[in-house]
Amino acid sequence: MQRVGVFVCWCGTNIAGTVDVVAVAEALKSEPGVVFSANYQYMCSQAGQDMIKEAIKEHKLTGIVVCSCSPRMHEATFRKTAAAAGLNPYMVEIANIREQCSWVHKDMLTGTEKAIILGKAAIAKVNLNAPLTPGESPVTKRALVIGGGIAGIQTALDIADAGFPVDIVEKKPTIGGKMAQLDKTFPTLDCAACILTPKMVDVAQHDKIRIFSYSEVTEVNGFVGNFDVTIKKNARYVKEDVCTGCGACVEKCPMKRIPNEFNLGMDNRPAIYIPFAQAVPKVATIDPNACNMLKNGKCGVCSKVCAAGAIDYTQKDEYINEKYGAIVVATGFNPISMDKFDEYAYNQSKDVITSLEFERLTNAAGPSAGKLLRPSDGKHPHTIVFVQCVGSRCESCAEKGKEYCSKICCMYTAKHAMLTRDKYPDTEVYVFYIDVRTPGKNFDEFYRRAVEEYGVKYVKGMVGKVVPEGDKLKVQASDLIANKQLHIDADLVVLAAAIEPDKSARPLATMLTASMDTNDFFTEAHPKLRPVESPTAGVFLSGACQGPKDIPETVSQAGAAASKVIGLLAKDKLTGNPCVANSNELMCNGCSSCANVCPYGAITYEDKEFRMPDRTTKVRRVAVVNPAVCQGCGACTVTCPSGAMDLKGFANLQIMAEVDAICK
Amino acid sequence: MKVSYFPGCTLKNKAKDLDLYAYKSAEALGVTLEEIENWQCCGGVFTTANDEVATKLSSIRALKYAGDKEQPLITVCSACHNVIKQTNYEMQTNSQFADKVNRYMANDGTYNGETQVYHYLEMLRDLVGFDTLKEKVVNTLKGKKIAAYYGCLLLRPNSVMRMDDPENPTIMEDFIRALGADAVVYAKRNECCGGYISVESPESAKRNSNAIIENAKANGAEMIITACPLCKYNLVKNGADIPVVYFTELLAEALGVKEDTNA
Repeated sequence: MQRVGVFVCWCGTNIAGTVDVVAVAEALKSEPGVVFSANYQYMCSQAGQDMIKEAIKEHKLTGIVVCSCSPRMHEATFRKTAAAAGLNPYMVEIANIREQCSWVHKDMLTGTEKAIILGKAAIAKVNLNAPLTPGESPVTKRALVIGGGIAGIQTALDIADAGFPVDIVEKKPTIGGKMAQLDKTFPTLDCAACILTPKMVDVAQHDKIRIFSYSEVTEVNGFVGNFDVTIKKNARYVKEDVCTGCGACVEKCPMKRIPNEFNLGMDNRPAIYIPFAQAVPKVATIDPNACNMLKNGKCGVCSKVCAAGAIDYTQKDEYINEKYGAIVVATGFNPISMDKFDEYAYNQSKDVITSLEFERLTNAAGPSAGKLLRPSDGKHPHTIVFVQCVGSRCESCAEKGKEYCSKICCMYTAKHAMLTRDKYPDTEVYVFYIDVRTPGKNFDEFYRRAVEEYGVKYVKGMVGKVVPEGDKLKVQASDLIANKQLHIDADLVVLAAAIEPDKSARPLATMLTASMDTNDFFTEAHPKLRPVESPTAGVFLSGACQGPKDIPETVSQAGAAASKVIGLLAKDKLTGNPCVANSNELMCNGCSSCANVCPYGAITYEDKEFRMPDRTTKVRRVAVVNPAVCQGCGACTVTCPSGAMDLKGFANLQIMAEVDAICK
Repeated sequence: MKVSYFPGCTLKNKAKDLDLYAYKSAEALGVTLEEIENWQCCGGVFTTANDEVATKLSSIRALKYAGDKEQPLITVCSACHNVIKQTNYEMQTNSQFADKVNRYMANDGTYNGETQVYHYLEMLRDLVGFDTLKEKVVNTLKGKKIAAYYGCLLLRPNSVMRMDDPENPTIMEDFIRALGADAVVYAKRNECCGGYISVESPESAKRNSNAIIENAKANGAEMIITACPLCKYNLVKNGADIPVVYFTELLAEALGVKEDTNA
């Protein structure tokens, strides 16, 4: 029989407001095994913890029950307290009488009654607890960063600077991401390339960083500290270590009319290309869908002009296996497709563009060399209408857009409007908005400058329709403050398209068993207190894959993720969770049900010899759990048809004892 | 497949083509339209007055008639569809109203909006399927540039009609493509034709209708199709110089069941 101590916490008035804590402590005194019962205002305080420690020693307790808040909050605290008093930490049970009791009840009588029942259940369980000892596993001191935008770049640099090797996997031919496509950055208006490209060079030159560009992660196995990852390096038909990036091939390639992704299809590139001048790695890539040599075996010009001899038409995709201690997801975002928003005529007119396209139009390295010219006829636009929230905050149209605010659009639209007025004062600029949201350091001042100093016409109201007519775009809109309909003849319409997570995020989340929200943004372990960690141990989040973010916010989150990774990699060993599944091989019939439901791949099978009652031996296939991989989710224990699978610390018997105590 | 069918008053007078070709095409597609017995006017316009019951009763009778036969109710006129769907929605969501109606009608049994209402276009998309329709086409309309004109009533209010995005609709374009023709997408395809303002201020209706026709033509349209008798009236009356026909006529032509008596 255990000697159980019960400790009922008031949590100030959080619990004591709706639960009679004295009555609970009194009622639980007579439960089987209970030798001590007390209540205290704040059990998690130093004095409360000291009280527990003293009671453990004085009453020779073998198990304790703390009736307090959720175990997510303070289970670890009380386990440490018990350990300090010489008690095995897994002999501690928490009865959650706050979140699941006092906070949801208003009536003292029912609250108290329920708290007593929850306490009884925890006592019934602790009576069946056994001391558990966690195992240890080694840590591979190498990190993987998936995505090479500003988030991935910053995370990789910070980890590498701390002395740990980092690999970046980027699916495009170059790192740089969306930031490389931007012209200026708000609110300081420094040029994106000027601040980004030095960082890209740092990455390329860092002796601790390897870049796998034009590559993707195809398989992830293992667990925190010991991930086993397969990276597919797509064939770029150019030897990366030989190519000098001179660009002779790009110049001579005869297939010149391939839409240029970097400029969002607003101009063309050849079949062999380097995305932009500052690309890292500065290596050419052949587009296999466009190259005549790869498609028909005819051409070979690039190979002839390449002085370095870097072209290799026979190159194959390559698979690389590597071990990592930590994985950082930095897969970023994309603007949504405008197909479902054709009321703004994006598909009907070349002069209706997205804001990212506007960035390229105003960028000196863009399709018009930085001159703001209409895509249709190359003329200078004299009236520009910016439409905000296209697909964002779509409460009533969730099937075509997003319900959330994309966060960055108000600021970049103010930037576009201001820069246009600055460079082309003869241009009239309208911005239609639902709300202008500019919290952030120097953000609102920036927006006000656009209105007050640069004369940008901000109109509260939405654009209903854009009708292309002749060389004009007839914009129908409403001005909600003046309460009137507006008809504007615009030359260019710019849509602030909502942003969404990159399409690669969903399959990646499945590979990593990392959770996502309904919008496919990665979920953080705690929205306030653990914002850069995924709930899956060893997986960290950086940048817009977790939610819409601007550059300053992305960079700070990237640094935070890096510091978490460094903290993990600095450890030589990780203490595991001893609450793992184990199979009773005498009862296991090898049916594979458990292995099929295990999300972590922790269950394997082996053939074992068993001695039968009649003294013969028989070989049977039985399940074996790898305790280092098992996360203790319990899926296998409820699936096992023969009841062979059990979870340490949450054994079937213990759960049943809890249910019995509740139903008594 | 057998479905209940509510033609509506205009389809027996001005818009006989809309009705005739709806029947013929449905037959060719293996759908039997069973006309509601003794149907009455849908009410013409859905009133938003909360205490209005009488003008909605005839719609409810039709809905209940179809419901008793366990059939979906198909309508083809934009206005009937709008009134009947909105009335049905009110029966589903406003229990006070439904209660009042049920007392008023003293029906055998009660009705609470159980019947599924489909516009003929929705029937083609959701019950028949545009892929099936494509297979049944005998006279392909390949190369014809056809513009769909939606008008205002067919898709709005979206929360009740639940048919297509009213701001950027595609159902009629998908229909045109299923028949093998080229769908002309133009911005004003869901703008108002003028509606009943043609009585009060014919110039306003003319201005609206012309803008729609011009916009369709500027995008290369050779023909306009519509589901609404009033839209057709306004477009034709205001001097459309390209044919404006009901979508059912185009459907009948593609399915090879159009009589060429008056073509």
